[in-house]
Amino acid sequence: MSTAQPLPKPELKPEQPAPKKRGRYSVRLGTVEIAAVLIGLLYMIPFYYVISNSFKTQGDIFTNTSGLPKEWITSNYTDAWEAMNFGKVFLNSVIITVGANAVIVIFCSMAAWKLVRTKSRLSTIVFFLFVAAMIIPFQSIMIPLSKLSGDLGLQNSYWGLILMYLGFGSGLSIFLYHGFMKSIPEEIEEAAIIDGCSQWGVFWRIVFPLLKPITVTIVILNTLWIWNDFLLPSLMLRDVELRTIPLATFYFFGQYTKQWDLALAGLILGIIPLLLFFFAMQKQIIQGITSGSIK
Amino acid sequence: MAVGNKKKVKRGLEFWMFVGPVFLVFAVIVLVPFFNGVMYSFTDWNGITGELNWIGLDNYVRLFTVDEQFQQSFWLTTRYTVVAVILTNLVGFILAFLLTQNIRTRNFLRTIFFMPNLIGGLILGFVWQFIYVKGFASIGELTGWSLFELPWLGDAQTGFWGIVIVSVWQGGGYIMVIYIAALQNVPQELVEAAKIDGANRLSTLRNITIPLIMPSVTICLFLTISWSFKLFDTNLSLTNGGPFKSTEMLALNIYKESFTNNNLGLGSAKAIIFFVVVAAITVTQVYLTKKREVEA
Repeated sequence: MSTAQPLPKPELKPEQPAPKKRGRYSVRLGTVEIAAVLIGLLYMIPFYYVISNSFKTQGDIFTNTSGLPKEWITSNYTDAWEAMNFGKVFLNSVIITVGANAVIVIFCSMAAWKLVRTKSRLSTIVFFLFVAAMIIPFQSIMIPLSKLSGDLGLQNSYWGLILMYLGFGSGLSIFLYHGFMKSIPEEIEEAAIIDGCSQWGVFWRIVFPLLKPITVTIVILNTLWIWNDFLLPSLMLRDVELRTIPLATFYFFGQYTKQWDLALAGLILGIIPLLLFFFAMQKQIIQGITSGSIK
Repeated sequence: MAVGNKKKVKRGLEFWMFVGPVFLVFAVIVLVPFFNGVMYSFTDWNGITGELNWIGLDNYVRLFTVDEQFQQSFWLTTRYTVVAVILTNLVGFILAFLLTQNIRTRNFLRTIFFMPNLIGGLILGFVWQFIYVKGFASIGELTGWSLFELPWLGDAQTGFWGIVIVSVWQGGGYIMVIYIAALQNVPQELVEAAKIDGANRLSTLRNITIPLIMPSVTICLFLTISWSFKLFDTNLSLTNGGPFKSTEMLALNIYKESFTNNNLGLGSAKAIIFFVVVAAITVTQVYLTKKREVEA
């Protein structure tokens, strides 16, 4: 609009807009690029501070917070690893996250399938309950749950916690499976039933494989949630041996508040696993968030 | 007749075979405790003696008359929600808008802005505690800017804004992902047509783009409102409600009432009020913004 037309040629006034030149790099785009990169750098500053200081001695942190380490030391990491018992803690997080994802995928996909295929009032009510309960904040359940789970012997165990994640994750996961399932034609299933396949076989052999895209979305959303969850495990797990990464970080940080050298290394240890997960699955994660939120 | 009944029974069995397991768990973990919570809110349960006395509406009356900390937390949470929702959506949208332009670093930058979302609120709060306490002080020393020389996290004001900055820094990248998807779905013909009709960038944005991405605005508002109102982890690890409970938001207040003070009956009443408010706000918001959605 701002560029002056050298020769007005009315006959060139396009009926359809001229095809946009690809890769055209204008001054405006350059400005946008610089602005975006600057904001990006600003965003990264906290990471710079935490990472660079995690390699410093306690004295260096206090006198030279903003600079690079005068001398790079790695003992903070080895010390923090040992003090947090990080190997064990990491394994606990993996067991709980993988276990919870497995039961959520298995039982929620099964339920969603029957809920979509059964047209009855009961089916509608059950689906409504799952969806409506999503609005209940965890804080409104935690007090009675901590009593009930104690009575039922669900506390202080992997399995109890995994079952609770199934309960809390069921709403969103069934909702997402339900929405996706509607796009799967029923005829395929009918054909399989005529061929003598049982309901069980129809679901696991034919329907479940078709659900793969939404299963990936559900696993990603649940992993981000469960891996980082603090409050539920903190109420349910008493034994030190059962602690997950967020729990261990919490107690570790409480113990070393003024010892920033160890504390920072501990925080970074806690961050690394999910960062690796992200770089391995970046595309699916971004897609998962988009499709998980659009429904 | 008998055959029809048999089929019906078989159908019912199949239904519960598939739906039953998760429904049972859901009922035990979510539904039963929720209704138990309503019941506890009318008692003086303290978790230690195991003795429960029915005290009617006393807890609720107390919340609205005597419990000043609860009222203060409520007001704080409301202010925080308003500020955080607006800023997070603004930052998320601006980032999305910049990163849907044809710039070279856009994929890289999308990753950068999204990264804070991989870190849980708890660890993030600790990370920022270091930034505010040591990092800001150091920047203040180097630059002499008074903003960085404030007692960050040391008083109610800086504590409030400290939490806001962390939430916006984290949530902005998540919201950005949703807005990017929405912006990419806006038909380019419409934007081009508006340009030909002589609309400038700003009015194209306001009259074409934003109305078309209203469904995403609904989702993003829903997400940010519910994140903000329910904020817990970051609140706990960044300020732990301090100094002097001045940054103690609702979720943290409920937690402390129940598990530090052991007033489980009173805590339950707070939790029920909390539920009612969260439900009312989110349902109203979805209803209001749904009305403003248009089809392309």
